[in-house]
Amino acid sequence: MLTLGGALLAGVLVLVPLVFLVVEAQGTGWSTVSRVLLRHETVVLLANTVKLALLCTALCALIGVASAWLIARSTLPWLSVWGFLLVLPLGIPDFVIGFGWVSLDHSLHGYLAAVLIMTLSLYPLVYLPVLAGLMNADPALEEVARSLGMGPWKVFWRVTLRQVWPAVLGGCLLVTLGLLAEYGAYEIVQYQTFTVAIFTEFKLGFDTAAACALSLVLVALSIAVLVGELSLSGRGRQTRVGPGSPHPPSKVHLGRVTLPALATLAVLCALALGVPVGSLVYWLIHSGSTTLPSASILTDVLHTGEFSGAAGALATALAIPVTFAAARHRNRLTILIERLAYLPQALPGLVVALGLVSFSVRYALQLYQSTLELIIAYAVLFLPLAVVGMRTAVAHATPQLEDAARALGQRPVMVWLRVTLPLLVPGLGAAFALVFISSATELTATLLLRPTGVDTLATQFWTYTSNFSYGAAAPYAALMVAVSAVPAYLLSRRLATVSDGGNQA
Amino acid sequence: MNIKLSLTAAFMALVLVGCGGSPGGSSPSGPLRGQSITLYSGQHEQTAAAVVEAFEKQTGVKVSIRSDDEAVLGNQISQEGANSPADVFYTENTPVLEYLQERGMLARLYPSTLAAIPREYHSPQGDWVGLSARISALVYNAQQISPTQLPSSILALAEPRWRGKLAISPSETDFQPLLTSIAKLDGRGAAEKWLAAVKANSKLYPDNETVVSQVNNGESTVGLINHYYWFRLRDEIPHGSLHSALHYYAPRDPGDLLNVSGAGVLKSSSHQAAAQAFVAFLASRAGQDAIAHSHSYEYPLRPGVSAATALRPFAQLKPAAVTPADLGDGRFPLELEQKLGLF
Repeated sequence: MLTLGGALLAGVLVLVPLVFLVVEAQGTGWSTVSRVLLRHETVVLLANTVKLALLCTALCALIGVASAWLIARSTLPWLSVWGFLLVLPLGIPDFVIGFGWVSLDHSLHGYLAAVLIMTLSLYPLVYLPVLAGLMNADPALEEVARSLGMGPWKVFWRVTLRQVWPAVLGGCLLVTLGLLAEYGAYEIVQYQTFTVAIFTEFKLGFDTAAACALSLVLVALSIAVLVGELSLSGRGRQTRVGPGSPHPPSKVHLGRVTLPALATLAVLCALALGVPVGSLVYWLIHSGSTTLPSASILTDVLHTGEFSGAAGALATALAIPVTFAAARHRNRLTILIERLAYLPQALPGLVVALGLVSFSVRYALQLYQSTLELIIAYAVLFLPLAVVGMRTAVAHATPQLEDAARALGQRPVMVWLRVTLPLLVPGLGAAFALVFISSATELTATLLLRPTGVDTLATQFWTYTSNFSYGAAAPYAALMVAVSAVPAYLLSRRLATVSDGGNQA
Repeated sequence: MNIKLSLTAAFMALVLVGCGGSPGGSSPSGPLRGQSITLYSGQHEQTAAAVVEAFEKQTGVKVSIRSDDEAVLGNQISQEGANSPADVFYTENTPVLEYLQERGMLARLYPSTLAAIPREYHSPQGDWVGLSARISALVYNAQQISPTQLPSSILALAEPRWRGKLAISPSETDFQPLLTSIAKLDGRGAAEKWLAAVKANSKLYPDNETVVSQVNNGESTVGLINHYYWFRLRDEIPHGSLHSALHYYAPRDPGDLLNVSGAGVLKSSSHQAAAQAFVAFLASRAGQDAIAHSHSYEYPLRPGVSAATALRPFAQLKPAAVTPADLGDGRFPLELEQKLGLF
């Protein structure tokens, strides 16, 4: 009952921007929509969107799964360091990654540039859920497979990958939907997707209605993606029978592959982290700006940490009933809610934020531009990330264990705390970290909904860069990475403990 | 708005018009002291901060600034409707003010405020006032081209010899007025032809900051910007790496265009007197001085207030005769750009 109630609450929150979208869209004349939609460019823009989504998602899947497997299942040296570094690109705003690359090579633009930049900034959305899934999976299955004579490749394909399949698909879903809604990074590398049409109506036509009508095209695209993913993930269920004997999964000795694997990870980190961080350092040293970061920089750090922490907790709390309801009480309603929960990922942040503006000025004026509203906005925007972070853990938590506990006379609350929750911990960690890091770099909704006079690291960074003061802006971007590093570090510490069975490498 | 409040507002207006009458209107306005207003600002943060500081010092009114992209703020205000927390809206361009005026969301400004600024820089209806301006110009890479090779008219940039050498930012609010200007001079057909040719010649960038940077580092030879982006770049980058300079078009050329920044008071504001006082201050000598010396490199529009010394004197500018009223809400150039697939 509680589960269903929680899932419904999450569903209602997600519906706010969607209802806004539909209501606003009705206000537009068909002439505006047809002028923008029924022209040759629309085909080009949509083709660009799909082309980018296909290649980028495939690359993110490859990089995300391979690196997560290396961290969780191999004997690579400095595992916890790699595990930590691989999450970090999520803490660098897309526009910093974009600027980093463009200032490295001024001629970088077009399709491949967009693929490069988006892959490097989005692969952690696959990596982190898959890693959490691997930490959660029952190692006994792999051991049995190995004892039956399967080689490492076969074990990976037939056992490991199946165990984390919901995480892989979920991560890919986040990447694909995120690519549909992205705008800023494409602008930097001059790659035009369908969001260009939407933002033009917002920015130059001040035509919210037309922009919303066009956003419905994104909704249609994402419904197709969501239905497709549902049919891919529909088969089989993966539960583990229990925490099993508390021992670490046995590791694959890489042998001769160790060096190439290390080199690949090093190149990946250099591209995804080195380039943007390097350009920040360059700005810091070479800028002629006389503007110093303002004295309030510490307050900005605290605000960023507070808001992101609260958003991480709220989104994770909402994701538990959503994923639980869809796994345990599978019916049309719960599946619908779970699918709805992914939609904010496919909507431009501006649409979601304006939806909340429109709702709160009408029905909850007290809430408008308050800290609480900003936190709710983050939680709605990043609920999809929390759901993906949770879903493997929920799939692995078998109801039989809870039944057993109940049969032994435990009260429901205790069953939850002592049996269910421990099984969910890796998923909770991944969900929280994903939402925290994304909130810490969020700009659009922050500018619209923050309390007047309150700044975060992202808003200050924006203020200085839009004034050419790159030197003054750089410390804010660096601090965004540092703040994001906290959950990334905690997660990698935990990972080191799990995968080494309590002994540090 | 109840009658009592609007009477108070009218009284305040009288008091203020009295104040505004004295040169500079700089006497402290006692009745307003202690009030606070919210400013939605699409202006550069330094400029907004400078004028707010000067205003707070003079009047004792506390101003909270919310900065964002002006178009986003325009959308936000229109969603907020009668419940908008905004009292004043301060923008870099006029079309967004014109859009809110059309929707009846702006209040009539005090006549004394409007009188401080030449008539061609405010809304004919009197709901917003222009405060400062910048002039569109050509930034060029001095290592790649000499000033003598540069065109005196923006129309010449349609020639094939500029293929691959031109940088523009068609999605910036500064770009559309150029199309309106060309259309006003030569007709809409000419504007469309020009845009098609310029598109073929150009690399497209997301914003003016990128255009001026890319010309400076040699990625493009010339770029369409407003003059102040180049001055701001010059101040920011190390001295050795400045490879660009500014070129102005001939007087009255359609490219020689003033872009006006302005402000208006929200009709929904419950602090009409303080909000009107703020806009009156922006148009006053003290406010205009603050704008001119806030590192913005903009031209103040009040006669007799001088701009930053590095700039070409305002009196020497002979811009094309395009008024904010000609620009309207910017629908024509937007539809033209959509038609030609610039976005």
